Amino acid sequence: MIAANQNDTARDGRLSGDLEEFVTVMVADQMFGLPIDRVHDVFIASSLTTVPLSPPEIAGLLNLRGRVVTAVDLRRRLGLTDRPTAGDVMAVGLEHKGESYGLLVDSVGEVMKLSGETHEPSPVHMDPRWVKLSHGVHRLEGRLLIILDVDAVLAFDAEARAA
Amino acid sequence: MDELLREFLTETSEHLDTVDVELVRFEQDPNNEKILSNIFRLVHTIKGTCGFLGLPRLESLAHAAETLMGRFRDGLPVTSNAVTLILATLDRIKEILAELERTAAEPEGEDVDLIGELERMASADETTLLAEAAAAPAPEPEPVEAEEPPLDVPPLARELKPGEVTLDDLERAFLEAPGPDEDFTAPAPMPAAIVAEPAPVAEAPKAQAPKVDPAKPEPAKAEAPKAEAPKAEAAKPAARAQAKDNPSQENAAAGGENVSKVQTIRVNVDTLEHLMTMVSELVLTRNQLLEIARRHEDNGFKVPLQRLSHVTAELQEGVMKTRMQPIGTAWQKLPRIIRDLSSELDKKIELVMQGADTELDRQVLEVIKDPLTHMIRNSADHGIEAPAERRAAGKPERGNIRLNAYHEGGTITIEISDDGKGLNFDAIRKKAVDRGLGTEAEIERMSEAQIAKFIFHPGFSTAKAVTAVSGRGVGMDVVKTNIELIGGTVEIKSEQGKGSTFTIKIPLTLAIVAALIVAARDQRYAIPQVAVLELVRVKKGSDHQVERINGTPVLRLRDRLLPIVPAAKVLGLDGADADAGDEGFVVVSQVGRQRFGILVDGVFHTEEIVVKPMSTKLRHIPLFSGNTILGDGAVVLIIDPNGVAKMVDSGKAEQSYGFEEPAETEATEEVETVTLLVFRGGGESLKAVPLSLVTRLEEIDATKIEWVGGRPLVQYRGKLMPLVPADPTIHIKSEGTQALVVFSDGDRTMGLAVDEIVDIVDDVLDIELATDRSDLVGSAVVRGRATEIVNVAHYLPLAHEDWTRGGPPRIANLSRTLLLVDDSPFFRDMLTPVLKAAGFKVIATGSTEEALQVLAADKRIDVIVTDIEMPGRDGFALVEAVRAQARLHDVPVIALSSGVTPEAIERARRLRISEFVAKFDRSGLVAALAETQPDVRTSLGEAA
Repeated sequence: MIAANQNDTARDGRLSGDLEEFVTVMVADQMFGLPIDRVHDVFIASSLTTVPLSPPEIAGLLNLRGRVVTAVDLRRRLGLTDRPTAGDVMAVGLEHKGESYGLLVDSVGEVMKLSGETHEPSPVHMDPRWVKLSHGVHRLEGRLLIILDVDAVLAFDAEARAA
Repeated sequence: MDELLREFLTETSEHLDTVDVELVRFEQDPNNEKILSNIFRLVHTIKGTCGFLGLPRLESLAHAAETLMGRFRDGLPVTSNAVTLILATLDRIKEILAELERTAAEPEGEDVDLIGELERMASADETTLLAEAAAAPAPEPEPVEAEEPPLDVPPLARELKPGEVTLDDLERAFLEAPGPDEDFTAPAPMPAAIVAEPAPVAEAPKAQAPKVDPAKPEPAKAEAPKAEAPKAEAAKPAARAQAKDNPSQENAAAGGENVSKVQTIRVNVDTLEHLMTMVSELVLTRNQLLEIARRHEDNGFKVPLQRLSHVTAELQEGVMKTRMQPIGTAWQKLPRIIRDLSSELDKKIELVMQGADTELDRQVLEVIKDPLTHMIRNSADHGIEAPAERRAAGKPERGNIRLNAYHEGGTITIEISDDGKGLNFDAIRKKAVDRGLGTEAEIERMSEAQIAKFIFHPGFSTAKAVTAVSGRGVGMDVVKTNIELIGGTVEIKSEQGKGSTFTIKIPLTLAIVAALIVAARDQRYAIPQVAVLELVRVKKGSDHQVERINGTPVLRLRDRLLPIVPAAKVLGLDGADADAGDEGFVVVSQVGRQRFGILVDGVFHTEEIVVKPMSTKLRHIPLFSGNTILGDGAVVLIIDPNGVAKMVDSGKAEQSYGFEEPAETEATEEVETVTLLVFRGGGESLKAVPLSLVTRLEEIDATKIEWVGGRPLVQYRGKLMPLVPADPTIHIKSEGTQALVVFSDGDRTMGLAVDEIVDIVDDVLDIELATDRSDLVGSAVVRGRATEIVNVAHYLPLAHEDWTRGGPPRIANLSRTLLLVDDSPFFRDMLTPVLKAAGFKVIATGSTEEALQVLAADKRIDVIVTDIEMPGRDGFALVEAVRAQARLHDVPVIALSSGVTPEAIERARRLRISEFVAKFDRSGLVAALAETQPDVRTSLGEAA
């Protein structure tokens, strides 16, 4: 499918001729895509240090090769129920304003190259919270891929204060 | 070197450069005023900057040169002698600058020779100048200066060609000038350029000694290439070599030798910072290795590891040293500031600085620089009195500000003391009451040390406040914040009439600190060792056991009661119930003068930790100052004792002995006190009303009361305010003064006429309801006396018939049902009319259980307003239960609380509580209710 996509755009040279690459992650059976240039690494989030009194979105702090990474639970960020506690949690390493974050997800999938062709703005009736955090949707075969706006996802600080 | 000084050096060498060139041009074209004024301006700037930086030698030189040039401007003929002299002066300045660059201090020595010459020339008129020229070959006594020979230049020149601009002179000046020029304009780094500067001057003597002036240009020229040698060391020996020719130069030369012995190299700060980070990481890794080695007793790593450990420690120390700077660099500007302030304020102030060589981390230095300046300014401005005042007080006219820095343990102590008038505690007390930082009674009871702390209160010292308080003022809160930011503390000692002492304690460095690793429940935390005074093991039945006063834990420690903060409780960890928390260790800490104990479950060991800053997402939590990675790789949070102390302090201010933790306390033993205004108004018994409902207390002239339509009114703040007697038996006075308790709501005001205002008290409200009278909520025992608690809601409609009906939110809300939960019948009665007035159908309940029953009865509830602090299951428990029910998942909840902590807010946010409203904030409540209405969904979305 990826190859097909690639060929299509290469031939047609459509308006967004560039292919964008996304790392796909699964959260509560929904597939999300993160722009690959924002993803530093993917790791297992183990031995989390919870931070008392912290915003609920923050799952804790963890040591990633000598750096302290703030783990943000994507489920909580999206207003979903907490994942059933079992086994290791996967995290996607991101950087935002010079700080390291780990976005906790259910699982990490593949890297997809997508063209603008399949991209659409978020449906109007989507949960407004999700709309705020996303950059539209890609129509894939059989499923939809919501593109996450990394900066918006990690910008809960200001939002929380406003509320 | 100080940034300021560096800038000055760069700038001044540029200026000197220009002056050199311009002077020569000027000599050729003495009538060009433009050139002259340009030179004049540049020299003036140099003079000004030198004065600002406290460089008297340079300043006086520049000043003398400026004076002479001023004379040129006034029409004194421009003689080559004069120009030469000025150029010589410039050279001297450059030489001093070079020394300044090397040692960051103005070299010892005097310039009476040059200055005398300059002054003489400036004061002389044309004829005497010319005449004197011949008679003045050696006007100065045996000089002590290396620069003495350049002085010889003018006389020699004069002897030969008095009063004229000769070709030789011009050429010499020309040749002398370009030398430095080349250096300055070269792209080479500035230090090298300046350091190379002295060379031409130093070479000059050699040339002059054996030869007469006309020959001078050649040697000077010959030496010029040497001057360009990039290293100071190269130039210096040359200077020394020549010094031997002239014994009088030895002093200066010896000085030069001393300086060159200390080999220094300039390193970019970033390089050092990077080095520091790497060493920090190394320390971490070493710790990890040690941890591993500890687990495997018998391995061959032990010895090399020990060595590694030692080397690391030494390396760490060494790198730390590179970052150290004497605190004096932060003080450099202070004498000047004091000097300026003295003249500005017309005070006589002496600044004494001790321990300027005390070294501390440059990062720390940066942070405390501004606070220090600020505090010195404050001491001069507010502390030291005017000379007359001081005389009257029997003190010497000259005020004294002492700045003292010294090492003490792992910290640096800086004391700023003045012998001024001290803090005006009365004014601060008054101001504190005015600002609502506490009730009069509370503040009256506070010790002076506690009162003094108010000056650090944010906003306590607005411009207005400074005049009113006449104490310390502007921005002390910023000072405190800055210092606390780096883990420091500020203390104030002040005696009225004798002066104040501020003691600042700051850590030596911020990057690596020793910390005690403790456990609270199942998690580890680090507490900076600096803050730990001692550890006490507490156990039930042992010598040291935690006791409780009204539910608040305390520890008897050497016959004193120590407030105890259970870590698990402040951290909001689960299972922090009253009893389980009483065993473990008490970490006795002190912040400022506040001593307290942090109760933890376990203590492990101390460890050197590398402090990493908190994520911006977590920085709002006051309890943590950062985080770190321990030897075993785990991330732990560093507890900030200042944050904990704040909880202790705020608890005190609330007179509840506890900590400001309404959300976290198991409210069973918590008793809430209410501040009441007690007054007499009809009948024998006292009456009271919660002070927070009262807008103002007034005493008005009874003659001003007007009667309109049989109702008493008074003109109040440009409006008519209806008066209502507190009791039908009260007769509103027609003469004398009438005491009024003013209530207001929006722009409506009413005055409750009372006989007499008795007191403001803080007491536990235990109301017995009185159902038969609507003007009373009930009665309670206040300060041991039966007191009737007035129902304000009863009076409001008497004053304004539309009071309870008013308010725009009402109309739309009519159909909405509101569940009010509050354990206090007083508040229920207080709030019900308000809520009804806002258009809600109100169901009032007194406990979480009761509320849940109402909710379970399948009543349609549109909004819940609940008290947070309630006995048994508190408001949070209620909301948790509510949120657990799908049907009520989205019901807006407004929480009422008398004190709100960040933790409580946090918890509220998690529970999607729309708003926290102070208990008496009626308009806030109504506004919050109005907000829950328009679109419940979005407001919830925002809240969560």
